[in-house]
Amino acid sequence: MSRSVRKGPFIDPKLMKKVDKARRERTRGAIRTWARASTIMPDMVGLTFAVHNGRTFVPVLVTENMVGHRLGEFAATRVFRSHSGNR
Amino acid sequence: MAIIAGVNIPDNLRVVIGLTSIYGIGRNRAADIAKDLNISSSTRMRELSDEDLAAIRNAIDRAGIMIEGDLRRENQLNVRRLVEIQSYRGQRHRRGLPVRGQRTKTNARTKRGRRQTVAGKRRAPSH
Repeated sequence: MSRSVRKGPFIDPKLMKKVDKARRERTRGAIRTWARASTIMPDMVGLTFAVHNGRTFVPVLVTENMVGHRLGEFAATRVFRSHSGNR
Repeated sequence: MAIIAGVNIPDNLRVVIGLTSIYGIGRNRAADIAKDLNISSSTRMRELSDEDLAAIRNAIDRAGIMIEGDLRRENQLNVRRLVEIQSYRGQRHRRGLPVRGQRTKTNARTKRGRRQTVAGKRRAPSH
């Protein structure tokens, strides 16, 4: 079930602050964040995020058609290294 | 044999069922269309006149729904987008695994297809 429209998209307020700052100062460099549940907003396009996957920060360059997804969708939390049978 | 929306040729089926062989039309939409045109649920496809068929085609056009090729293409593009942006859902599509968080320890056969036997895998001893 999708989120109620009434509430608007969820963005971590802290992350929002970082995004605003990065845009104002035209900074290079990734924005470190743990806010995997945050929705990607149109004004985040072009920025790079370092999204925590539980262990490390995965660099995610936000493009136009990522808008509306969550940051966490682009930083996998699991590593699958094939079963022993399939060499 | 009636041809509606391109290649579909249902035949001896009841109209409400026959229409569902069009990709993008299921039981509900078929029932809606039949109701609109006052086609009873017991009518068979072969009992329809050419005018009836024209009316059905018309009703489908008017319904503003995407069917057949257009719908398939739309779905394909949606999946391709997910794959291209490297999202988790895209990865699942690419690997042919369930996308919406279902379990894969067992089941998930619809998505993964027929069982593939893995050599050397023994049933766990029962105790």
